[in-house]
Amino acid sequence: MSFDAWLPVAILLSSMIPGMLIFLLREESHRLRTVLNMTGALVKLGLVIWMIGGVYDGQSYETRWTLAPGLDLVLSADALSVLFVALSTILWLVTTVYAIGYLEHSPNRSRFFGFFSICVSATVGIALSGNLLTFVIFYEVLTLATYPLVAHRGTPDAAHGAKVYLAYTMGGGALLLVGAIWLQALVGPVEFTQGGILGLSPEEIRVQLILIFFVLLAGLGVKAALVPLHGWLPQAMVAPAPVSALLHAVAVVKAGAFGIVRVVYDVYGVDFAYANGLLLALGILASITILYGSLMALTQDSLKKRLAYSTVSQVSYIALGASIFGPIATIGGVVHLVHQGLMKITLFFCAGNYAEALGVHKVSEMDGVGRRMPWTSLAFTVGALGMIGVPPIAGFVSKWYLGLGAADAGSNWVIAVLVASSVLNAAYFLPILHRAWFRPAPTQWPQEHRRIGRSEIAGALLWPPVITAVLALSAGLFAAAPFSPLEWATLIAEREYGR
Amino acid sequence: MIDALPLAVTLPLIGALAVTVWPAHARGLGLAGALITAVSALTVTTEVWSRGALRADLGGWGAPLGIALEADGLSAAFLAMANLVALAVSVYAGGYFKRETARHFWPLWLLLWSALNGLFLAADLFNLYVTLELLGLSAAALGALTGTREAVAANLRYLLVGLLGSMSYLLGVALVYAAYGVLDIGLVAEAVEPGPVAWTAMTLMIGGLILKAALFPMHFWLPPAHANAPAPVSAALSALVVKAAFYLALRLWLDVFAPVLGEAAANLLGILGAGAVVWGSWRALRAERLKLLAAYSTVAQMGYLFIAFPLLAATPPGLARENLLAAVVLLALTHGFAKAGLFLAAGMVQKTAGHDRIDELGGAAQALPAATFAIGLAGVALIGLPPSGTFLAKWMMLEQAMILGLWWWLVVMMVGTLLAAAYIFRVLSRAFNREPTPYRFVNDASTELPALLLGLIATFGLGIAAQPLWRLLEQGAFG
Repeated sequence: MSFDAWLPVAILLSSMIPGMLIFLLREESHRLRTVLNMTGALVKLGLVIWMIGGVYDGQSYETRWTLAPGLDLVLSADALSVLFVALSTILWLVTTVYAIGYLEHSPNRSRFFGFFSICVSATVGIALSGNLLTFVIFYEVLTLATYPLVAHRGTPDAAHGAKVYLAYTMGGGALLLVGAIWLQALVGPVEFTQGGILGLSPEEIRVQLILIFFVLLAGLGVKAALVPLHGWLPQAMVAPAPVSALLHAVAVVKAGAFGIVRVVYDVYGVDFAYANGLLLALGILASITILYGSLMALTQDSLKKRLAYSTVSQVSYIALGASIFGPIATIGGVVHLVHQGLMKITLFFCAGNYAEALGVHKVSEMDGVGRRMPWTSLAFTVGALGMIGVPPIAGFVSKWYLGLGAADAGSNWVIAVLVASSVLNAAYFLPILHRAWFRPAPTQWPQEHRRIGRSEIAGALLWPPVITAVLALSAGLFAAAPFSPLEWATLIAEREYGR
Repeated sequence: MIDALPLAVTLPLIGALAVTVWPAHARGLGLAGALITAVSALTVTTEVWSRGALRADLGGWGAPLGIALEADGLSAAFLAMANLVALAVSVYAGGYFKRETARHFWPLWLLLWSALNGLFLAADLFNLYVTLELLGLSAAALGALTGTREAVAANLRYLLVGLLGSMSYLLGVALVYAAYGVLDIGLVAEAVEPGPVAWTAMTLMIGGLILKAALFPMHFWLPPAHANAPAPVSAALSALVVKAAFYLALRLWLDVFAPVLGEAAANLLGILGAGAVVWGSWRALRAERLKLLAAYSTVAQMGYLFIAFPLLAATPPGLARENLLAAVVLLALTHGFAKAGLFLAAGMVQKTAGHDRIDELGGAAQALPAATFAIGLAGVALIGLPPSGTFLAKWMMLEQAMILGLWWWLVVMMVGTLLAAAYIFRVLSRAFNREPTPYRFVNDASTELPALLLGLIATFGLGIAAQPLWRLLEQGAFG
């Protein structure tokens, strides 16, 4: 086999192998662990850049391995998978730096970083899955790899959060499995194909296919935190900050949202889904989730929980984009996969920094943090304004395309949802910014850690949010530049709609 | 070259004699016997793989009299699994038992191994009875090795149930012999025709075997016997001995009684299997001790295997049926590796903590990363999550069930899967607590590595590289 056929596997292994090795390391081998982590992350980045170039030129990458007759493990790269792979890879690199700084001196780091790497491998596996079977495999591996991360702290709270997380995701995984097996029993192996594979399916299995769509949607909706399947997400907030960042911005919720996009476009086909009313059902579910998540976020005082409900709301923009018939909305949904990731990871890094440096966990404790930690707060502000949709930050671009797409498809109610959601976003984010910048600082912080030198917090914790904030800003500012997320999403939409 | 077939049966027997004669060197001789036995058995498997089905008539006596051994793809597959697991168990036992217990362990263990290999290779119904009886006797004796009151009581019951099962089987064999005058499986298969005799014989033989395979509701004897035995013995009992009874039932079903079968009988086995899946999983979830949990999980896992019967009966002969059969074998093999790994790791946890009460395992599980990983990997395979062999097997079985329109088996198996996830993660969740522990991945290589290796085979080996199994099973039909 040529190198091209091995590239997807190499990308997968670049984080898997360091993960396995890290498990074997002794706790105190700090340096070697860091070297393994960073080598894996950088190698992966290099391979992904290579792949982006290839896919852009129309090169195809596929690795196929027969597990059993009729069951193939397929790793392949199309424009959509590359988008998700690139997002995971970049954010993994940043999060690893952050995690190394964050978990310094805490116990069980070998276990943590081992599972952390496996988690990213599973996410990349999901992105590169070329058929439904492969997707199911990595989807389940992701559940298995994130469970120890959520439970990591070992407190009763963590145990409870992990248990809830597991119950939801195992249930979702079982539904996804049932749907996948049922579909495969009806139509044979389900390969992800641009334009879908069910367009020519016989009339008499139509009802079953529609039922299967909802079974799959329920399975994917758990990880994508569609209401009413979102209950695990706020509970999983007990995990350490880098894990929350990873769960919310990169791995778990995105795996669900990505799966929904795959099922709509590359399994059912957008025409089939539109003709049978599946898109409308998805759109209604997504809209309910968007509004409900925002409303719940308003009432949370815990910063991480507010961000969690904000995630519930924001991730459904992706599903919403998939549910509107037409390429413009598709662009908006797909690009939000990246934009939400960049903004949300910034917010979680910042929340972690506030907790780490000042012991601030609640919104009501955030008075004056802006002056005390200006760089962190600046990054937080960029993320928050982006979430609201203030130009020129990335979030604005997503919302603009979603709105434009909705208008184009004649779905004016979607615009109403977008407006309502933006108002709500502003209602739960602006008070935080007001507290941070315009209220006087308290005489004493809840639990202040000693300053190291003159900087507000250790470099490993400060740089990651600053970098992701800059990325979120540039994704909006330079949206028209080649290889920007928007340009790439446009490429995806063009290929899906064949225009 | 020397025929590997008889060696796989006689080598462990010779080993058993040797350790009886020189008990002072029990450990060294036992390990040596284990190694050469495993090598000879794996040679048989590779021979079948490259040359097709093998047959050996001992002492030059052919069928219908005499002792004949045969190996086809099905027996070669089970043989390979059983011998790899037995080898791992032997290495583990070498480090696990103290000198005094080791003296009693090795002769019985090699005897059991010999019976096991004999059962996979014997070509006639009476010799199968002999191996079955020998297997039951040595298994019960090994189970009582700890000498505690619970262990002795449980294994006495196991012994009696085993005797009852083999009696029933023997009656069936006698009936077959009286009616057809032959015992060789191939010859019986040619002679057998539907009728009351064949029906009664089949019921007696398969009835005896499902008692030995602990199919619900005849499973009552298994949990106490398996949970109270020493860890390496529990591993062998749960992974191999009950599996051997299932293998024989499958063999008789496929090769001998195929023309006699009705769908009703298959459905009955399937329904009992469904009962086993639900009840066994539920009891495993409620179990307070780790080894009891593992034992109930065996009851549940045997249930999945018997669900295969109605699916096989409903699938017309052809490629789909062959694939289904291979999936069932894959399920049995994966479970063998996984369950042995689970018991071996549980034994380590028990030894370190001094008990195996799940709710109090806390730090002990955290202090043994390799053992915890073994439990995790075995658990993944027992639940049927990817990338384990069970995941593939279940996928294929369920897909076939959906193609046949038998969706209720899917419901049963998914309920079992979710319950299994619940009981496995009940254990794993104890691995995370606040106690910082000095992290060393491997603490005791000779006991932890076998467990870890078995878990890895179940989860990665058979999940990702199961393809050769299909080729092996194509190698020649029995008889």
